[in-house]
Amino acid sequence: MLNTIIEGAIAFMLIAGGAFAFIGSLGLTHLKDFYMRLHGPSKTTTLGVGCTLIGSLIYFSREDGPIIQELLITIFAFITAPVSAHMLAKSALHHKLKPDPRTRGNPVELESDKPKHSIEEAPQGDSPLP
Amino acid sequence: MIDMALWIALALFCAAIVLNFYRAVVGPSLPDRVLAVDTMYMNSIALIVLFGIWVNNKDYFEAALLIAMLGFVSTIAICKYLLRGDIIE
Repeated sequence: MLNTIIEGAIAFMLIAGGAFAFIGSLGLTHLKDFYMRLHGPSKTTTLGVGCTLIGSLIYFSREDGPIIQELLITIFAFITAPVSAHMLAKSALHHKLKPDPRTRGNPVELESDKPKHSIEEAPQGDSPLP
Repeated sequence: MIDMALWIALALFCAAIVLNFYRAVVGPSLPDRVLAVDTMYMNSIALIVLFGIWVNNKDYFEAALLIAMLGFVSTIAICKYLLRGDIIE
């Protein structure tokens, strides 16, 4: 009975991990611009890989005591995924990738470097100097 | 039960790697390709762990740990290169 429950937990973890990773890659393929595509891999794929690793941890802990090596990879993946997503977003802002036109907000980093008024059409005012 | 779940998970991860490969080939900009390769190594970690379950050998986690660390360092290095045009200043 207990063995069946543990096997069910392992199977659920493996299938959930595969489904989460597939949904993350589907988002990477289907979404419109880079800032949307960053969501799928950085959240969903990390959760999927973590689920798979925890399923593997339960599988190898059945016979001879608990094993924590897989937990090491899980913690490492959960720590490093936000860091790499942050660096990728910074490099995308540096390259000024175009967001989808329906995106709300107007980040400062994406504004163009050109000044709003050129020299000829700058407002002159009524200064006494010629 | 575990055999069936193992096959389903392997199929889903392989499909995910195919989708990542599509984005790495098509991706219009350079950060897109870097993101696709980043996702691909995360999925390959899970594939190696599933292979370890399949052959019932728990030594494969070391390969997964190596891939995780080297992939993270290479992603950060490529992002630094895209940001600064230089890796070690």
